[in-house]
Amino acid sequence: MFIRKLSTAMLAVGALMLAGCEGGVLDPKGQVGMDEKHLIIVATLLMLIVVIPVIFMTLYFAWKYRDGRDHEIYAPKWAHSKTIEIVVWLIPVVIVIVLGVITWNSTHKLDPYKPLDHHAKPITVQVVSLDWKWLFIYPEQGIASVNELAFPANVPVNFKITSDTAMNSFFIPQLGSQIYSMAGMATKLHLIANEPGTFKGISANYSGAGFAGMKFNAIATPTAEDFDAWVAMIKQQETTLDVAQYKLLAKKSENNPVQYFGSVQKGMFNYVVMQYMDPNSNMKSMGSMEDMDHDQHMQHMKDIDATQHSEHSIPTHSTTEPSSTVSGEAE
Amino acid sequence: MSFFGKLTLESIPYHEPIIMVTLAVVGVIGLVIAALITKHQKWGVLWHDWLTSVDHKRLGIMYILLALVMLIRGFSDAIMMRTQQALATNGAAGYLPPEHYDQIFTAHGVIMIIFMAMPFMIGLMNLILPLQIGARDVAFPFLNNLSFWLTTSGAVLINISLGLGEFAKTGWVAYPPLSELAYSPGVGVDYYIWALQISGIGTTLTGVNFIATVLKMRAPGMKLMQMPIFTWTCTWANILIVASFPILTAVLGLLTLDRYLDFHFFTNDGGGNAMMYINLFWAWGHPEVYILILPAFGIFSEVISTFTSKRLFGYSSMVWASGAISILGFIVWLHHFFTMGSSANVNAFFGVMTMVIAVPTGVKLFNWLFTIYRGRLRITVPVLWTLGFMVTFTIGGMTGVLLAVPGADYVLHNSLFLIAHFHNTILGGAVFGYMAGFAFWFPKAMGFHLNERLGKASFWCWQVGFYVAFMPLYVLGFLGMTRRINHTDNPAWNFWIYFAAVGAFIILAGIILQFVQLYVSFRDREQNLDTTGDPWNGHTLEWSTSSPPQFYNFAKLPHVTDIDAFTDMKEKGQAYQREQAYQPIHMPKNTASGIFMAACITAVGFAAIWHIWWLAIAGLASAFVLFLVRAYDNDVDYYVQPDEVTRIEHAHLDNVVRG
Repeated sequence: MFIRKLSTAMLAVGALMLAGCEGGVLDPKGQVGMDEKHLIIVATLLMLIVVIPVIFMTLYFAWKYRDGRDHEIYAPKWAHSKTIEIVVWLIPVVIVIVLGVITWNSTHKLDPYKPLDHHAKPITVQVVSLDWKWLFIYPEQGIASVNELAFPANVPVNFKITSDTAMNSFFIPQLGSQIYSMAGMATKLHLIANEPGTFKGISANYSGAGFAGMKFNAIATPTAEDFDAWVAMIKQQETTLDVAQYKLLAKKSENNPVQYFGSVQKGMFNYVVMQYMDPNSNMKSMGSMEDMDHDQHMQHMKDIDATQHSEHSIPTHSTTEPSSTVSGEAE
Repeated sequence: MSFFGKLTLESIPYHEPIIMVTLAVVGVIGLVIAALITKHQKWGVLWHDWLTSVDHKRLGIMYILLALVMLIRGFSDAIMMRTQQALATNGAAGYLPPEHYDQIFTAHGVIMIIFMAMPFMIGLMNLILPLQIGARDVAFPFLNNLSFWLTTSGAVLINISLGLGEFAKTGWVAYPPLSELAYSPGVGVDYYIWALQISGIGTTLTGVNFIATVLKMRAPGMKLMQMPIFTWTCTWANILIVASFPILTAVLGLLTLDRYLDFHFFTNDGGGNAMMYINLFWAWGHPEVYILILPAFGIFSEVISTFTSKRLFGYSSMVWASGAISILGFIVWLHHFFTMGSSANVNAFFGVMTMVIAVPTGVKLFNWLFTIYRGRLRITVPVLWTLGFMVTFTIGGMTGVLLAVPGADYVLHNSLFLIAHFHNTILGGAVFGYMAGFAFWFPKAMGFHLNERLGKASFWCWQVGFYVAFMPLYVLGFLGMTRRINHTDNPAWNFWIYFAAVGAFIILAGIILQFVQLYVSFRDREQNLDTTGDPWNGHTLEWSTSSPPQFYNFAKLPHVTDIDAFTDMKEKGQAYQREQAYQPIHMPKNTASGIFMAACITAVGFAAIWHIWWLAIAGLASAFVLFLVRAYDNDVDYYVQPDEVTRIEHAHLDNVVRG
């Protein structure tokens, strides 16, 4: 009776927990997140094969062999059994082998640097973490926004991510993987929203006083047209994100409102990444901003195939991309 | 630069009522303790028998006292964080602004790991390890005293930061570039650096000391594979200390150069690379968690085999499993940052290596189970902690393996799921182990028993409080809540945040009960004396001594032929032998050099934090002079005369006979 009540209570708690997971990583709205949720469930179930018996045996043995139960066998010198030893080494080994294979395959499949396999042409968003806000630059559209990200649903998004402050982590829990943003280098992330919606985005790595306010909405628009309308809306804004404007923006601020820039000086992202690379960086980079203009076309092409390109040329490059590569692209 | 460097009267946070009240309370407590010592005329005892002692048992007790004091400090931080998060839901600001809150979570992490768990672990090791191997002290008794005072020096610095200046606002890992001057210009990170650096050197010296001790000072006949299991796990931990703490020393040194001399190891500009710090930090940081947990595993083994009145199942499996954990612990550090953008091959390798650690750990769990199997388990306080651990840690291990799958970590990294996981293992693993060890060896160290009822009540508060406090954090992690946030505005999180806060208060009740238990047990000590020295019918040599042990440990070094050396002696009728004549015993003399040297080093750290360069130079020079004086001092040892040994031994054996 008691056990039945207990199991009813457990079920209720379980249901509550699942219901409560709305909006989190167990309620994914994108392919990457869905695969990761699946992986979490499979791995957990596999481990429960050992975990549940161990917990049960702990409580059962402690009860069965407690002091005073003199009818149980007592074997004070029994301390070795080849069979048991082999079994207790073997069980975890087998589970870990299975999990290991799953891990190896899933890690390659879910590599955040790997472009998603999808028929739609991806769009590119360049992400900059600032104190304490997110700047999103759309190089193809020539616009930028602060603390608001939009893209069409069912279209892969290629993120190139950097930081102009301490390290942050770019994370939209319902879409899946996160990746660090670090100054002087560009990391990559590939995500997709499988359905339209507005998802919460955060920084998942503490970066100072205003960190808790580094939130943004990631809007997956129902159609490409809706996304174009969003772009057109921003293009109407008169402010241009040039170096001067960027420097103002980069100043410390907390709980920043959403902000739009109707146009962006070309090569802005490269400027942000490159400014740390040279002792006289600021002067030089600003001087080379104009040079970048005519290279913009070239750079686009490189941006698009940058992943494959870098993976081919330098094996280590699917790791965090060192700034020299970005510099190579810029020149 | 002024005479006092950056230090001014404004460095005292007058405007923070919480801090000022805390300081006042600490001041009052300090005065009360001082008054009590004066009233009972114990200053001489305190100085001659404790602060200057080189006796490993007394140092062990002082380490544990330090850990308990720092537990209060670290737990106050925990309660403040939980209440802040509970009050700062739905966009409310709460009562702790980021300026203060960020220091609190940094201090909580540093204190709990470096100044609570480490001293607790090292304290138990000091107390028991030499006794278990039948030695009269550690290999280098003075060095042991110095290690303790260097650890204390770090703790003193971190406590000074409360009332003078600020502590780091970086998280306990102090990742650059956030911890660089550009983003943390205050003294907080400098307090962090010097507190960790000084105590870290103390810890390294402890590692060296205890490795030498087990290699050179085991009782005659004791082979390595006959050392008690707690000694073995401590030995693995010491090997890890010696191999990993220098990495911490080096990486903090590099950060120091960045902050003090404008180097650019980890800065954003000038060719610095913060990823290097993160790698090096975890190359120390991951072995560190095994340094904490391995001795706890040893304690559980001792407790289970003692209270089932049975041999430990699979002794050599246990030894080699600990060794495997130690070695594997060094090749998994990258799992702390799967999200940094390493290639799939690298992430997958470190993920799989991490899982492999689950194998030897799983074996240990099974071996404990089969030790209980066909035993006679006495459900005492240490056993409760052990059973609580076995259930709790299994869950923590499972969530750990889940986090080791990079694909899962990509969404769980830095979330409250991670926080729940590592509290599940460090609290439900290491700290439960120290609590078990505390209750297990308390009669040995102090000569009287702990109150069993209060001990059990305390355990249940901890155990229930743990689940109430940390299971909601797993849920919050799945809900996308990240760590170190000051306030929230997600209604779906609120329930779980309140839930967790309740848990923190249940744990608080557990801690209070523990202190009540100490008080009550001390008050009633006369009725609960442990006269035999062997209250649990123990297996190992520490139980062959009186409680508390004779200051020379063993009048005659035991001859060991079995893993359960004392059980073996009892069975062969060789225990409690009355010797006709004893040899003189060679013992080290107490010395004030350690405490004075550490005081100078504390001054150096303080001076470096506040840029008071004359004081730094003076402190360093004084420490060096003290070191030279000590090095050339020949009056460091003496002999205990046979008649005194005879008197002490016969008194003990008479007690044993009386029961």
